[in-house]
Amino acid sequence: MKAKGERPRVLVVDDYPDAREMYAEYLQYSGFDVIEAGNGIEALERAADSAPDIILMDLSLPVMDGWEATRRLKADKATADIPIVALTGHALAGILEGAKNAGCDAFITKPCLPEDLVKEIQKVLSATTPSATRTRRSGKYAKTNG
Amino acid sequence: MGQTAAALGDDELLAAKVRLLEAFVSRSDITDCTQYALQWLAEVLGLSPSLCLLRPEGEEALFTVGAHGLPGTSASRFIASLEDWSNPLVTAFSNREHAFFRSAHTAAERKRRPSTPFEDSAFHAVPLLATELNHDAFGLLLIGGGGALPSELRWFTALFAQKLAQVLRQQALMEGDRKQGRERSLLYNIINAVTDPILLTDTEGRLLIANQRALTLFTASEEESEGRRGAVRMNNMLLSSALSSKAIEETGAARRELLLVNPADGSDLVFELLSAITDDPRQGSGVVSILRNVTDLRRASEEIEENYRRLRIAEVQARAESDRLNLIIDSVADPIVVTDASGATSLMNEPAERLFTVPVRASAPEQRWVQANDAHFSSFIAGMLVSADQRRVGEIALIDPKLGEPLPVEAIAGKIVSDHGELTAVVTILHDRREAIEKGKLYEQLKEASDELERRIQAATSDIAHQNELLRRQAIELEQASALKSQFLANMSHEFRTPLNAMLGYTSMLLQGVAGPLESSAKRHLSRVESNGRHLLTIINEILDISRIEAGRMPLQVSRFDVPELVAEVRSELEPIILRSKLAITVHLPKDLPQLVSDRQKVKQILLNLLSNALKFTHQGRITVSAARNAREHTMSLSVADTGIGIAPSDQGKIFEDFRQLDNSPTRAYGGTGLGLSICRRLAQMLDGSISVHSQVGKGSMFTLVLPIRGRK
Repeated sequence: MKAKGERPRVLVVDDYPDAREMYAEYLQYSGFDVIEAGNGIEALERAADSAPDIILMDLSLPVMDGWEATRRLKADKATADIPIVALTGHALAGILEGAKNAGCDAFITKPCLPEDLVKEIQKVLSATTPSATRTRRSGKYAKTNG
Repeated sequence: MGQTAAALGDDELLAAKVRLLEAFVSRSDITDCTQYALQWLAEVLGLSPSLCLLRPEGEEALFTVGAHGLPGTSASRFIASLEDWSNPLVTAFSNREHAFFRSAHTAAERKRRPSTPFEDSAFHAVPLLATELNHDAFGLLLIGGGGALPSELRWFTALFAQKLAQVLRQQALMEGDRKQGRERSLLYNIINAVTDPILLTDTEGRLLIANQRALTLFTASEEESEGRRGAVRMNNMLLSSALSSKAIEETGAARRELLLVNPADGSDLVFELLSAITDDPRQGSGVVSILRNVTDLRRASEEIEENYRRLRIAEVQARAESDRLNLIIDSVADPIVVTDASGATSLMNEPAERLFTVPVRASAPEQRWVQANDAHFSSFIAGMLVSADQRRVGEIALIDPKLGEPLPVEAIAGKIVSDHGELTAVVTILHDRREAIEKGKLYEQLKEASDELERRIQAATSDIAHQNELLRRQAIELEQASALKSQFLANMSHEFRTPLNAMLGYTSMLLQGVAGPLESSAKRHLSRVESNGRHLLTIINEILDISRIEAGRMPLQVSRFDVPELVAEVRSELEPIILRSKLAITVHLPKDLPQLVSDRQKVKQILLNLLSNALKFTHQGRITVSAARNAREHTMSLSVADTGIGIAPSDQGKIFEDFRQLDNSPTRAYGGTGLGLSICRRLAQMLDGSISVHSQVGKGSMFTLVLPIRGRK
């Protein structure tokens, strides 16, 4: 397959397996390295051990919800620079504000077609500063190497 | 007579005559004149002694006024009575004849002679006549001597008589004046002695004569007090008005009352005025008035009158009291019967008479009824008399004798007891109870009706309260149901979308060949799955929007944005449909269009809906999207105009209602939930804007969204 360094790594966090696996499969198909998590705690663990370039975070999750997970990721220096794209089926009042306050960098409303999701991820990644990418990569490599 | 005349010469005689004339001119006293004349007679004519007698007016005697040459005082006192007709002097005087009496020597001769101061000597008696024409004698001149009388004596006698007559006339005049003065003063004294005021006034009312009493009432001098003078002025006014000729004419000479003021103390004085007009040809007309003070009389009469009047009033009052009592008893509609201690009726009023006395020409039943009434009443009174009660109230079943109908009465009887505690009478008042009974019945009915009404009102009220409560509960339930529905729909939409998301995602992936290449028929079938899935998603989204708006949970994200960019976005999102429709889409946007401050997402949603509707309902022609600014109202209008099928005027209001599509048939030509325009209108309202339509069937429609340029945050 493709080398690790060439494929941006996406952490897909969603408790609904059909949706999570669908996005994962399409992201892989579209040239991304994909890691999956089914709840907030898992998301924190995967983010810590897999050093993703971007996190796709469903907000309504069991065990620990997406807002709390986002807040923790942004509070941790090691993961603070990873852009987080929030995914939600609830576009109700207050949710967008809550997501932004928690530290989300972008916001996607479900339902969302896999290709639209990929477009949004590419858009966020291209907007990310080179220094941030470098930091993440060095961390990733360090881990991989270690 | 010629004996002495010869002793004087003619000149001397003339001079003597002149002296006599001069003496007469200078003298006016009768005695003086007589004395001088007798002196002149003795000296000039030598005739002496002499005596002059005169008869004063009204006297029946001759009195001596002068004597000459006669001794003593007897001559001056000589009087000859004219009533003594045997006296020769009286004869001579009456006959106006010259008489001569010889000297007497014998007793018989003396007897024929009058007794005079000449005694037995001879003398002449010459009558003194007033004038030649008037031969009435008024005196006698007696001259002593037996010889003939000189011729000059005739001249002398004439002159002397003339002078005496003149003096006497003058004296008589003076005497008359004196007498009149005395009479007037007497008259004054008399009228002054009268205590009633007496007045003589002229026809003008001016005071001519007044007695002392009158003067105090009607005159006042300057020195007197103002009050007194005022009273006098007022009295004069009152008097002259009372005495005015008119007043006298009106009342004749009758007595009138005149009220004056007493100037001394200001008290009222009442006078009776008696006045009479006197007609004096010399003095002219006047009014004599006598005022009789009747003040005390008047007062007494007034007192008597007052006492009489009081008596009359007392009498009238007493009679009125008695009449009133009768009237009261008679005017009481209720029968009143007064019975004495033995139970016998002593007095009854008219209503009572109708019940208890048999009228004239009464029918047999009438008589029976009256007797029955009497019996009932008597037994009631008998019961009252034997009881110790002072008052008794009872019911008596009487009969109306006129109608023969039952007449239930309430009898209220009271005993009247004298000061000694002795029963004198029983007064009974009978009160017709028919009306009370009738009223009672009516009252009962009314009360029943009222109670019934109240029951009904209460029932109705409680029913209404119940209904209200139900309605309130229903309203709450409805509200809750509505909220639940919205919540349910929101949840369900979410639940719908989660699997749909996966379905659409996998379909899309399959079509993209993620799982490997597909056969063309499989690709066609998957495309159908995809388009139907998208349609289902649209429906679910719209339901979700409506639910959110109704639940008040549609958030607003106000920002500043450019309209042309937004329009381009809308157009590009619908590009595949536009391409398929082959319609010409034109966009007209002014260059100076300002930025909008609003919810960009909502504005976009509205424009998307309007444009997709236009594309859906237009088969040929073009669609124009335009914008315009209304600077005055600070609004911007965004319009989408098409040349489509159009909407009838009657339907134009309905298109904004929920779930409304004009074609409701199951096999309708156009898809959609019918929620699009309803959502658009609600969103426009949320943005403080409005949405309107202008349309003509077969010509096309134009939808216009008007928004404030600076929407609220």
